[in-house]
Amino acid sequence: MPSTSYLAAVVAVGAAVTFALRAAPFAVMRTLRSSPLVAYLGRHLPAGVMLVLVVYLLRDLPVDRPLLTLRELVPVAVTAGVHLWRRNALLSMAAGTAVYALALAVVP
Amino acid sequence: MATTTSDLRDAARDVGPVAAGMFLLGTSFGLLVVGSGLAWWWAPVFSGIVFAGSAEFLLVALAVAGTPLAAVAVTTLLVNGRHAFYGLSFPLHRVQGRLARGYAVFALIDEAYALATSRPSEGLTGRRIVAGQAFMQVAWVGGGLVGALAGARFALHVPALDFVFTALFVVLATEAVRAGREATGPLLAVACALVARLVAPGEMLLVAMGLFVGVLLVRHALTGREEPDHAQH
Repeated sequence: MPSTSYLAAVVAVGAAVTFALRAAPFAVMRTLRSSPLVAYLGRHLPAGVMLVLVVYLLRDLPVDRPLLTLRELVPVAVTAGVHLWRRNALLSMAAGTAVYALALAVVP
Repeated sequence: MATTTSDLRDAARDVGPVAAGMFLLGTSFGLLVVGSGLAWWWAPVFSGIVFAGSAEFLLVALAVAGTPLAAVAVTTLLVNGRHAFYGLSFPLHRVQGRLARGYAVFALIDEAYALATSRPSEGLTGRRIVAGQAFMQVAWVGGGLVGALAGARFALHVPALDFVFTALFVVLATEAVRAGREATGPLLAVACALVARLVAPGEMLLVAMGLFVGVLLVRHALTGREEPDHAQH
């Protein structure tokens, strides 16, 4: 269990970085708008960062045990598939979580 | 001239369905906080002070893993990096008063940006924008509180709910890859993550993010001068 001071520091760091990001364009709008590099990063960073996070969340997949690996990957595929189909975030998450619950019951 | 009451009513109508979704997701955030072994009141602390939906899920996971603060900062920077682009078109000039403007920037979440930029600008007063943001924060913090209290009270642990967190990022990734309309960047990102997993399992996130930003910078330098097809490998 992490200490209170460490958790408070995590909240402070997370809040400070988030606020700085949200305030940055209002402070340096002109520079930001005209930089081709910033525009390039703005176009290509988001998808990649989210994919890195998905791989990070799946980092402990037991790849030597195919059935357990499938149990984790099938709900991921269902979530992505339903999202491409209906584009409704809550529906995709609900479908993926339901399939995961089912997978947990089938492959304990 | 719109009155305060009609602004509030319009704001409630603007954010109603979105706020309901945020309340539900907030509930699972609250359950995650308690399920991770933190006291219930950390849920409203995270949601009230950080107020960055998906990043909060990640912050809790990082905190429970005892991640160094520098890695927490870099991860937040990259995950919330998209927010730096919202300010370019968010109609902050409509919001009057320093306090209200400060709050509008603080609460510039994805949903607030989407709502403020997708509505026709006539009738979209600053008060209506800020009230909508406040309603959404109340829904998000309230959902977190309900989830955390329910989790603490009933020792509620549903293993399947752990997947909500993964599902959230799968949805965000799917949405972002779709919007990006190219396959190379996403493939490079997955490759960077796998390399980091193999060479630096202990610092996977930081190494993967650093590697990916580095690869993008190199790619920009190469494709900035020639056609993408002719880029060196």
